[in-house]
Amino acid sequence: MRDARSEVRRPLGLRLWLSGGWLTLLVLAAVFAPFIAPKDPLMQDLFLGRMPPFWQSGAEPGFLLGTDSLGRDVLSRMLYGARLALIVALVAGTLTCILGATLGLIAGYYRGWPDRIISRFIDIWMAFPPVLFAILLIAVLGPGLISIIIAIVVIDWTRFARVIRAEAMSQGAMDYVASAQVAGRTRFGTMITEILPNVLPTIIALLTLEMGIAVIVEAILSFVNLSISTDSPTWGGMISEGRTSVHQAWWVLVFPLITLFLTVLSFSQLGEGLKDRFDPVLR
Amino acid sequence: MTLLRAILLRLITTAITLFGVAVIVFVVIRVVPGNPIAMMLPPGATEADIARLQALYGFDKSIFQQFVIWLSGVMQGDFGTSISTRQPVAGLVLNRLPATLELSIVALALAVLMGGTLALLGTRFRDGKAEGAIDVTAGMALSIPDFLWGLVLILLFGVLWPVFHISGRISPALNIDFSTQFYLFEAILRLRFDVIADLIGHMFMPALALAIPLAAIIAQLLKQSLKETMHLDYVTLARTKGYSEGKVITREALPNAVLPTLTLVGVQFTFLIGGTVIIERLFSYEGLGNMAIDAVINRDLPLIQGIVILFALLFTIVNLVVDMLYVVLNPRLRHA
Repeated sequence: MRDARSEVRRPLGLRLWLSGGWLTLLVLAAVFAPFIAPKDPLMQDLFLGRMPPFWQSGAEPGFLLGTDSLGRDVLSRMLYGARLALIVALVAGTLTCILGATLGLIAGYYRGWPDRIISRFIDIWMAFPPVLFAILLIAVLGPGLISIIIAIVVIDWTRFARVIRAEAMSQGAMDYVASAQVAGRTRFGTMITEILPNVLPTIIALLTLEMGIAVIVEAILSFVNLSISTDSPTWGGMISEGRTSVHQAWWVLVFPLITLFLTVLSFSQLGEGLKDRFDPVLR
Repeated sequence: MTLLRAILLRLITTAITLFGVAVIVFVVIRVVPGNPIAMMLPPGATEADIARLQALYGFDKSIFQQFVIWLSGVMQGDFGTSISTRQPVAGLVLNRLPATLELSIVALALAVLMGGTLALLGTRFRDGKAEGAIDVTAGMALSIPDFLWGLVLILLFGVLWPVFHISGRISPALNIDFSTQFYLFEAILRLRFDVIADLIGHMFMPALALAIPLAAIIAQLLKQSLKETMHLDYVTLARTKGYSEGKVITREALPNAVLPTLTLVGVQFTFLIGGTVIIERLFSYEGLGNMAIDAVINRDLPLIQGIVILFALLFTIVNLVVDMLYVVLNPRLRHA
């Protein structure tokens, strides 16, 4: 009989390292963007519009990954775009997590009327198409970084609340919780010291997943022209521009798309990996 | 009696949910800064003109009064008049609904087909390299949302190897005089193969983009419950009777393993329908979602309201159908 635990563990190592490595690179790129970006990401030069990447003929030296229709350097814009993507991922992801997990914990552990109210709100939220809701909120709040973060938190808290509610409910029914209560812990104390640590692996997995989703939501909002102002470089904005000129300049779409793809994949793989690492049963 | 109570309870919660959705949309879109009818005004409109238009759309009343008026209209099937097109919202929305429904259903079919195949293959060749490959593929497919898949597909089948249409629902050159907006279903019924091919050529990429994440979920879940079923006594019995492994999986294990997957697919299908909003935009597919984004950009409040309510209604219906299917398909509940 093989050991089931080592079976679960082994393949995760590589994924964890690869995704962690990519995200570290991104953080470095975001922090040091002004030093490593070869060009000014906002500098336009209409004579250098739609220059191909360096290995193609007709490439302009100095513009490694080519230029967009306004002659802006794709590589530099991607490096600066990492800043916004990571800010949105970290801030929106964390705030969504805090709001959703708290409501989920309360609903799942306290049950009764708090659960009825929170669950009713979850039901209502689930009846909204999320993208439409996000676009609507941005239209109301006006474009900008803060609006995007608010929109993500308002839309996605149910993702945490639903899962954590179910987890807290099943944990709450277990013997160790009952014994903590018998030992004289308060309801709130039990929730914090007994339930929370046991749902934490799930929270962490969901959090990293949410960070990836936040990056996508920003990209989607940029795509419908409702994100940050049009000059600050964002991956979504680049993708949006690349989509319209895909037949003339594929590189404007492909490079940000690959970056976004790898980033979202890394966040979710990291989440899966961390979940197993933190799982008290597997530890 | 308990069944009647369950149905009644269900209807009440559904009504509360829809009411909640209506209230939230109503309040949210009415705090939009700027005058929604500003763009309708011709240059040189007088104060009196503005006041008259505002009264026409009811924007001069309080939010609460507006809501009551809107709700009583909805009760009579009147969803108001679109500001940007000046046509009844109900007609506009129902005209676009078939396009979105067809896209969603084709995407669902693709997802079930792909996910089901992967799950069956994974079970047939379980504990081997094939299963590992399926797990990794599904894991990756799952973590990338439909929007990114759409872009990847555009690059693959729109640019690199341009076999599918990159935008639109149907080629404008095609002569169709269909009596419904359900182009695909009507084309199939009328055996108009040229139209079917054209529609599929347009629909394939958006539908696939929507289907990939759902297919991954189906593959993972169905495989898991199939593998659990494979250890049960009646499956072993079938095997000792000399049935082939493939037959054991499809005939014996599958009918029982489908149920847990079904409930989840229901919820996921509503996510898929929600995903049509941005996917339709990406592929310039003329459905509800594309119209919704235009409505938001144009500040067309009555239209936004109508579309959001219709989506909410759609989601509720899907959940209802799934619950009913669960009862029908569950052998344990059949005689109850």
